[in-house]
Amino acid sequence: MLLIHCPYCEEKRPELEFRHAGEAHVARPADIANISDAEFAHYFFYRDNPKGVAYERWRHIHGCGRFFNAARDTISDKFLTTYKAGEPKPELVEAANENKAEAQKGNSAK
Amino acid sequence: MSAAGANRIAGAGRLTPANTVRFTFDGRDYTGLEGDTLASALIANDVHLVGRSFKYHRPRGIQTAGPEEPSALVGIRRDAARHVPNIRATVQEIHDGLAAVSQNRWPSLAFDIGAVNDIGSPLFSAGVYYKTFMWPKAAWKHVYEPVIRNAAGLGVAPDQPDPDRYASRYVHCDVLVIGGGVAGLAAALSAAESGAQVILCDENANMGGALRFEGEAKLDGLEGYEWAQQAVDRLSVMDNVRVLQRTTAFGYYAQNFVGLVERVTDHLPAPDPDTPRERLWQVRAKRVIIAAGAIERHMVFANNDRPGIMLASAARMYLNHYGVAVGRKVGVYTANDSAYAAAIDLKKAGVDIPAIVDLRTDPDSGLVEEAKGLGIRVLTGHAVTGAGGKLRVASMTVEPANGGSKAEIIPVDAIVMSAGWTPSVHMYSQSRGKVVWNEESQRFLPGEYPQDAVSVGACNGTDGLQASVTEALAAGETAAKETCPKAKKSGVKITVDGEGKWAGNMVGAGPGAGAGKVMKAFVDFQNDVTAKDIRLAVQEGMHSIEHVKRFTTNGMATDQGKLSNLHGLAIAAEALGRPIPKVGLTTFRPPYTPTTFGAIVGHARGKLFDPTRKTPMHVAEEAAGAVFEDVGQWKRAWYYPRAGEDMHAAVNRECRTVREVAGMFDATTLGKIEVVGPDAAQFLDLLYTNPFMKLGVGKLRYGIMCREDGFIYDDGVVARVAEDRFHVTTTTGGAPRVLHHMEDYLQTEFPHLKVWLTSTSEQWAVIAVQGPKAREIIEPFVEGIDLSNETFPHMSYAEGKVCGVPARVFRMSFTGEAGYEINVPADFGRQVWDAIYERGAPMGMCLYGTETMHVLRAEKGYIIVGQDTDGTVTPHDAGLSWAVGKKKTDFVGIRGLNRPDLTAPGRRQLVGLKVKDGKTVLEEGAQIVANHNQSPPMNIIGWVSSSYWSENCGHPIAMALVEDGFNLMGKTLYVPMPDRVIEVEVRDTVFFDKEGGWIHG
Repeated sequence: MLLIHCPYCEEKRPELEFRHAGEAHVARPADIANISDAEFAHYFFYRDNPKGVAYERWRHIHGCGRFFNAARDTISDKFLTTYKAGEPKPELVEAANENKAEAQKGNSAK
Repeated sequence: MSAAGANRIAGAGRLTPANTVRFTFDGRDYTGLEGDTLASALIANDVHLVGRSFKYHRPRGIQTAGPEEPSALVGIRRDAARHVPNIRATVQEIHDGLAAVSQNRWPSLAFDIGAVNDIGSPLFSAGVYYKTFMWPKAAWKHVYEPVIRNAAGLGVAPDQPDPDRYASRYVHCDVLVIGGGVAGLAAALSAAESGAQVILCDENANMGGALRFEGEAKLDGLEGYEWAQQAVDRLSVMDNVRVLQRTTAFGYYAQNFVGLVERVTDHLPAPDPDTPRERLWQVRAKRVIIAAGAIERHMVFANNDRPGIMLASAARMYLNHYGVAVGRKVGVYTANDSAYAAAIDLKKAGVDIPAIVDLRTDPDSGLVEEAKGLGIRVLTGHAVTGAGGKLRVASMTVEPANGGSKAEIIPVDAIVMSAGWTPSVHMYSQSRGKVVWNEESQRFLPGEYPQDAVSVGACNGTDGLQASVTEALAAGETAAKETCPKAKKSGVKITVDGEGKWAGNMVGAGPGAGAGKVMKAFVDFQNDVTAKDIRLAVQEGMHSIEHVKRFTTNGMATDQGKLSNLHGLAIAAEALGRPIPKVGLTTFRPPYTPTTFGAIVGHARGKLFDPTRKTPMHVAEEAAGAVFEDVGQWKRAWYYPRAGEDMHAAVNRECRTVREVAGMFDATTLGKIEVVGPDAAQFLDLLYTNPFMKLGVGKLRYGIMCREDGFIYDDGVVARVAEDRFHVTTTTGGAPRVLHHMEDYLQTEFPHLKVWLTSTSEQWAVIAVQGPKAREIIEPFVEGIDLSNETFPHMSYAEGKVCGVPARVFRMSFTGEAGYEINVPADFGRQVWDAIYERGAPMGMCLYGTETMHVLRAEKGYIIVGQDTDGTVTPHDAGLSWAVGKKKTDFVGIRGLNRPDLTAPGRRQLVGLKVKDGKTVLEEGAQIVANHNQSPPMNIIGWVSSSYWSENCGHPIAMALVEDGFNLMGKTLYVPMPDRVIEVEVRDTVFFDKEGGWIHG
């Protein structure tokens, strides 16, 4: 069971208190009624599914109830950071590069 | 001869001869000693044959003295409900009255019909199931599988509910030490004396690890085992230490979350019923010190599974701890120094050792001389190439390792063996660490640590007692310093005064068990995998160790290949012609040893499996004879049968009564959300397809909620309580996810809106009174609301008092009748319910349940989200276009509804079905076709979503989602069933009171 840091409660709480809520930083288009089919597809259906750093939404549903964002490494399952909804996407260059190197190592071993 | 078995050696071991214990095995009475395992007690009584193997039904004995045991699996029976199969005899402690039975044999252990599998074994080689039983297809299910399942297998599962209790605890600590051998004890002492909060667990009944059998070790001037017990005593009295014996660390999960299972009562003759059988410890440790030790490997040679053949360390454990000789004439086959100590100990105890056969040409000369000095014959550079005997080993065949001269057959009644020691990297590997092959020592060792953990001692490949102690002391102190702010120097010093020899290693098949030989040289005893099977797997094209494993099932038994993995890997590597690290090791996964479902489930079973939600009127409904159905966690009154009525009759009566007089229904389970704030109307306008800005105070509106994709997500009636306050209802099952959905938009997409959401589902009891006499029935109880049609028409809302209780009254209907839904604070629900019932019943009103509610709403064509919709239905498909605000510029789903596929012709649309024969009730979920004469697979054009007998209409009614349904009115379609085809005609969905006049009363 993971421990997840809630940026609103400012403490680590067990995963049981949280619910995953999909990819982060996918904003609902302001003029959604008038966007093209392609734009709607990108907004609603297309997701990144990266090997490495994933930006995702979580909700502290059985705690403060707030939605927040997290950066999680999908290889190690480790949370790199969590931050409040509306805050900008943090740059996690170092971790991402490490993971890229790891992934390449994995490929060359095959 | 001792009372506790012929093989007890006077003066040997640590058990007390006076403390005898009576137990049975396969119905025969035996005597053992307090502290015995079932295995030690059986061997003491000269019983080696304890089971039959999984596939070939070969006779099997006891091969180890610990948790790694692959073969000695038995059923343990305490009473009828407490029969546990597949218990390792080497782990189960005996107690008075313990009853053990052997498994997988018929009619008896000594004579087993299934052993014919052994003779026919060329038919049962690796992968046989994938290849042999493919044809004819149906035979797999009806012939092959039942026969194979019956013949192959282990114990029989109990057929009664488990009467025991299982406890569960969460605990946090600075340092968790896994393993109570010398390294674990040293680490725990050091961490604890430094001030850290420490948990030390060990899976065995006694701590000490290898010190339990190794006589040479001396620590702080004490014999090793004595030192270990004193260390445990010292730890046990410290406030900052929790010592858990008989406790297995079975799973290592993310962020140093480790699952331990403590066996609390299995070793007790008469457990206190208030004591749990097992206790699950879910530990979150700041640091984990893994001190899991090493597991000895067997030698791979022909018939190496005969009862009486076991690991050298096991024989030593039986002698030095339990005082039991494993035989009277014990052969030794080794590639490791530690087997010498077993031979020497046994010899000194008076056991004949005909020969030590050492695969190595140049073993430690000191050991060889010592053995020879005791009169033991030592054959270096030799191999055991076979074992004689069937139910018990009778001889060993010895040949020079490089072949050549003639084989010698040496009579024995036991063989002890050692191919070396495999560091136990299970916990490290489970922590997602990648093991690294050490070429020099020919073993896999922990590499980098992905979690905050460290390995010490034998599991870390640290050789030698002094080195292990030093490493463990340092690890304990470092762990304390780095996890506990108040840590000090530990000051623990341990002097090592003597230690045994453990060098030497071999992996793979021994001489004589190489390629091209026809024999059974077992690699994995529990799954009956031989060296030949692994070579066959490679020959068949399995080049990855993961494929070899799955093809042969090597290492896939409940022992997880603790003995077999490395041998299997080495044999595969040899057959592939690649070095071992290139072939790679499979990943270790939890659980480390079999773990009971009871321990995992804990208290969460039966009534405690899931919370049960009951409405405030539940008891009254029960008293009225309600039959309940589960709707999510809710118990809902389903129907109220009267004497002599079945469900059908009761529902028919309820349906009629509601339309003719009135009915009362418990609608409390509806989800309720209070939406408050200056922007509340705007928020609902965005969340529902309907317009809400202009809904007047005191008015109701039926709303549909979509997701962005345009599909119906939920529906419900919304009341405008005040300018800035709405009372929103949701479906019973949808309440939590609708609130979640609303919160999501409010917090992340529309945070500029000033709105506050509160779940009030449990705060209001909801009593629906429906039918022509509804108003007359409730009128006398209502204060402050004029219920007349003129001032309080259909879809109105008002606050007042009902039975003197503050109430929110909805004039609404899910039946098509004039009706009211009375919301009162939950605590008053029962009293209002009773009052209305007392007045209504003499007037002819009935109570009705969810089934009648379903029928009545279907008569009116009202949908139930989740029954008449399936996540691919738009409001337009459901015939609810009127509920989509045409002038709105935004709402959730506005763009999704305009996607090309959602506006294309030919979508499945909700229609009514008339059954042509006028009496058949269609099956919900039944498929619909346009032409029933087509050959399968037929072109399915829809399915039946709701179907009931309607007593009020006098014929069956149904709704269905049918392709282009709105344009098929009057067309005949077909519902093919297994026994016949049912003809239906497409019609509209309103079956009763088409003009809709009844609703206005």
